[in-house]
Amino acid sequence: MEPLRNGGGGTEEKPRRRGLGADAGPPRRRSSGGGGGGGCGGGGAAGADSAAGPQPRERIGSISWQRRDSVRKNRPPFPWFGLDIGGTLVKLVYFEPKDITAEEEEEEVENLKSIRKYLTSNVAYGSTGIRDVHLELKDLTLCGRKGNLHFIRFPTHDMPAFIQMGSEKHFSSLHTTLCATGGGAYKFEQDFLTMGDLQLCKLDELDCLIKGVLYIDSVGFNGHSECYYFENPTDAERCQKLPFNLENPYPLLLVNIGSGVSILAVYSKDNYKRVTGTSLGGGTFFGLCCLLTGCSTFEEALEMASRGDSTKVDKLVRDIYGGDYERFGLPGWAVASSFGNMMSKEKRDSVSKEDLAKATLITITNNIGSIARMCALNENINRVVFVGNFLRINTISMRLLAYALDYWSKGQLKALFLEHEGYFGAVGALLELLDSP
Amino acid sequence: MRRPHRVSQALSCRVGCDTVQTPDAGCPRAAGSAGVLLPPLWIRFSLGNTPAPLPERPGLSLLVAVVTPRAGGRSLRAHGGEGGASARSPPAPAGSRLIRIIYAAVSITCKFMRIYLHTDEAGQEWVAFKMAERGGRGSGGHGSLDKSITLPPDEIFRNLENAKRFAIDIGGSLTKLAYYSTVQHKVARVRSFDHSGKDIENEPLYEITVQEEITARLHFIKFENTYIETCLDFIKDHLVNTETKVIKATGGGAYKFKDLIEKKLGLKVDKEDVMTCLIKGCNFVLRNIPHEVFAYQKDSDTEFRFQTNDPNIFPYLLVNIGSGVSIVKVETEDKFEWIGGSSIGGGTFWGLGALLTKTKKFDELLQLASKGQHTNVDMLVKDVYGGAYQTLGLSGNLIASSFGKSTTADKEFSKEDMAKSLLHMISNDIGQLACLYAKLHNLEKIYFGGFFIRGHPVTMRTITYSINFFSKFDMLEMDRLERPLVNLPLLKDPSTYIPDTVDLTDDAMARKYWLTCFEEALDGVAKRAAASQPDSMDALERAEKFRQKYWNKLQTLRQQPFAYGTLTVRSLLDTREHCLNEFNFPDPYSKIKQKENGIALKCFHSVIESLDSLDWEERQFALVKGLLAGNVFDWGAKAVSDVLESEPQFGFEEAKSKLQERPWLQDSYNQWLERLKEGPPHKCALIFADNSGIDIILGVFPFVRELLSRGTEVILACNSGPALNDVTYSESLIVTERIAAMDPIIQSALKEEKLLLVQTGSSSPCLDLSRLDKGLAVLVRERKTDLVIIEGMGRAIHTNYYAAFKCESLKLAVIKNSWLADRLGGKIFSVIFKYEVPCQ
Repeated sequence: MEPLRNGGGGTEEKPRRRGLGADAGPPRRRSSGGGGGGGCGGGGAAGADSAAGPQPRERIGSISWQRRDSVRKNRPPFPWFGLDIGGTLVKLVYFEPKDITAEEEEEEVENLKSIRKYLTSNVAYGSTGIRDVHLELKDLTLCGRKGNLHFIRFPTHDMPAFIQMGSEKHFSSLHTTLCATGGGAYKFEQDFLTMGDLQLCKLDELDCLIKGVLYIDSVGFNGHSECYYFENPTDAERCQKLPFNLENPYPLLLVNIGSGVSILAVYSKDNYKRVTGTSLGGGTFFGLCCLLTGCSTFEEALEMASRGDSTKVDKLVRDIYGGDYERFGLPGWAVASSFGNMMSKEKRDSVSKEDLAKATLITITNNIGSIARMCALNENINRVVFVGNFLRINTISMRLLAYALDYWSKGQLKALFLEHEGYFGAVGALLELLDSP
Repeated sequence: MRRPHRVSQALSCRVGCDTVQTPDAGCPRAAGSAGVLLPPLWIRFSLGNTPAPLPERPGLSLLVAVVTPRAGGRSLRAHGGEGGASARSPPAPAGSRLIRIIYAAVSITCKFMRIYLHTDEAGQEWVAFKMAERGGRGSGGHGSLDKSITLPPDEIFRNLENAKRFAIDIGGSLTKLAYYSTVQHKVARVRSFDHSGKDIENEPLYEITVQEEITARLHFIKFENTYIETCLDFIKDHLVNTETKVIKATGGGAYKFKDLIEKKLGLKVDKEDVMTCLIKGCNFVLRNIPHEVFAYQKDSDTEFRFQTNDPNIFPYLLVNIGSGVSIVKVETEDKFEWIGGSSIGGGTFWGLGALLTKTKKFDELLQLASKGQHTNVDMLVKDVYGGAYQTLGLSGNLIASSFGKSTTADKEFSKEDMAKSLLHMISNDIGQLACLYAKLHNLEKIYFGGFFIRGHPVTMRTITYSINFFSKFDMLEMDRLERPLVNLPLLKDPSTYIPDTVDLTDDAMARKYWLTCFEEALDGVAKRAAASQPDSMDALERAEKFRQKYWNKLQTLRQQPFAYGTLTVRSLLDTREHCLNEFNFPDPYSKIKQKENGIALKCFHSVIESLDSLDWEERQFALVKGLLAGNVFDWGAKAVSDVLESEPQFGFEEAKSKLQERPWLQDSYNQWLERLKEGPPHKCALIFADNSGIDIILGVFPFVRELLSRGTEVILACNSGPALNDVTYSESLIVTERIAAMDPIIQSALKEEKLLLVQTGSSSPCLDLSRLDKGLAVLVRERKTDLVIIEGMGRAIHTNYYAAFKCESLKLAVIKNSWLADRLGGKIFSVIFKYEVPCQ
């Protein structure tokens, strides 16, 4: 999850170019500890690395590269976690090794085993933790180990309980590094230290996000394409979800819709900038829905929205002009004023909660689409990838985004989506763990 | 919410504004040419003749003009300071540092009225005005129907008998009507007597008459749609002389009420596109209405900065915030393009706000918002990060997710907090989109307009006024001025020229002083006004009404200095003149001026004689002293007037003796003398005259005569209309004629057109060099004028003290006000003699 409102104007202007060396960044150095320098050449991480191939690297980078190659067995100890602590949700990815030898099994300490069992044998944890089983990546080779990648989420307000659990399971005794990103990595750093005796390795969320996106896309989704789009988005009948090959992804506009929205222009693996952001994101949708309908979960809000009719709530162009406003080429169905009908008391009294939920969803989604479209035009990029948990089980928004982008750009812009919507930050954090020397 | 009272455009009418230009049927105007000057209107925001107690309730009065720039103060704000971005209104998105955000209220009034110009088939321009699309269709008006119309229609629809053209804008809840009409009002005229064979000694110099004059006046009215039938009936009954067959209509309601209008009025309804009207209106306003645009900066000492009218208004991005948001790129007068929009606008605030807070009225929502804490509802960066997001440099106070904290069913949030959060969300969003569009289209200027801006608590952060959105009739009237007004061609940089020396909205101490000063002088002014019409039965009564009205305005200004736009000494003076006019005191000083001119003329010869007896260098100094001494004669200074009545010649000498000894407070006399000695004669001098009587006759004319003798041509510019005891153009004609009869130099100069008399186009005791009569400007160019002389406090100190010219200039004045003298570091009767040469 991402913040944010772009604020001061200045900061976003600088493209955040990072060489591989710089990529190693402070967090990694901090966590290097024993200095063993375990490299990881396996799987997609290597693929991603090699994509950067012959580019000049900084010295540190190239040294660690060599080390990694030569000492590939020297990888970080299990368990392998990547954590993304957002404003609303915590995303946790866990790599479950499936190639554990009997010898290994024997050596495996008890609490490590119990963590593995606990995570893999359940699909729900406590009352709020959920494992997205359908997203599980099977038979993945990561750092030379084969296994499954699990995707787990729980609300950020349960963070204390999570830390408590870590403490009870003596997580700290495993001597592992917990790589975390998202704002919560900073906010809860102290709690991890005091309650769980855990030193977090804090990572930048945007770095992790991009890394995660590129990695997951490269390994695919259990043989399927991770990336997809909607064909004929403007035609409700013929609209269908189709795989998209994101092989040559750059340049790419990455729109991460968490509680808030961040928009990144990505020019290469390690050259990107945050273009802007907005505070009208998933949190706004859910927050407003709670206030307007009294619902208590995101799923409930979406479910209500799916049954509502936003045109009762919004004032459309045709409500004002009787039809299309031809002079500006505005179609009659376009929303002229979100919630515009709610200025009238009679109409306020006649709408249902479902209608309100739907209008909220449409409003937020259109606004994101509009800002994304402007950014794409400003940056001269025609592929826009939407990620973030706002899109989870949210077909309405995805289709609307696809539609809006296509319609308003007259087919120039393409909206793309990824199956693992909100988990890329966490995946990026896990990769940072494996990448760390 | 600091400074809650600073809501400028909230209230009532800006009276001080001088003139605006507006298109007129008779004006040849090439379509598409942006820079064509249009015949001006005399703006006279008259609430005036309405006896209803409007002034006491600012909310009820009309008005115009929001404020403006201060280009000279260069306060166009670059956007993008640190911190609090969430509270600041449009946030600056990536790359927008260079984009200057100018918040403009396109609204010409406190409410969201705007002026629209319509073009009809003949290429004539119509003016209509329109309130922004205000949502509330259907429900509009419900909130306040309990308030009935407080004014009878005949006080609303003034001068309807002669109405010529109609334009109507029917919105969701309000109807705006504009019409041109002719009105009669009194003007003072002077006329030379035929003196042949009469005893000149005992006759007044000239005759003063008060005549009725007919002026074209533009009327603006708005009222609730509920009253549309009543109003149409009234119009029909009173529309007697019109030949109009067509009524121009725009706005969504034009469709709905078309039949009704056609049936009631028997006029054909001609529909106009709303957007075209909006743009034309916006151009008109930006170009013509001073103080229309203001910049707002949060947390600065002066939150509002008014912008002067920049002649280069194009290209700009117009962000019109109505129920939704329209974003229009305006390239020239006639070329504009809708480039985008957003459905999240004022309607969203209102609709969603009503749902969240169960508050029905827009204004109440704004009120709620002003009291709320958005941080209770919004998820801030620090809520996510525990602090700032260092790598991106995002402050912890930025909003990460609007309403991000309300994602729980079991917590109650206050109405105030939700309203505030909503307001932040919407205004940030609009600002962001505007910036993105501006960036995409490479535009530097963004004007925000529409009803959502009005008193917008985030853009303005203040909402203390409570204008009821629906409940009243508002009126605006503008009189057309017969001649176009233009910049003085000699201004060094017309785009940065600001007439006024001190901005009283900035300077609390000065404001307090001047308001008190005007209050104290008010009784005297009213008395003099009454005395000027001894034969009129109701003069006393009108004088009292004038006094009351002006007093009320002064009181309003004490509370809300921004009430009428930027507050300056000029605006105070001009407002007073407007008020006097309004109560039919077109020229209270006419008799005094007449007498004074007669007396001074008698002394002219001897003054010239004594000057001619001096050697060259002495004479130059005596001329300057004479000019300054003449300027001491101001009927404000009672001591001076006593002396004058008994013995004018002595009075003039007496005045000279009162002048400060050199070195003067501002003294560049030596450079001036040097210039006269060493340099070639000036080609042509432009002199702005000040007072009647001694000043013009014994001060200015000898000086003019000397210039003429040197071979310098002289353009003598006097006010078109009366203001205090300032000499008017028509008076100057008579006076000059009389002097010419006595003095061969003046006579031959007149004959050979080396001495030219022109009118300034103004009726102000001050001088706005960006609004001068076009004839004057033409002449100045033709004669290759290379010297500008401005005399008097009003023209050289209160205004133009810092004005820079392309040519040499002289600014002379005697400071006849001890407070001001003190402030400038001198004493009363200190002398300002400012001779300036432009740097090469």
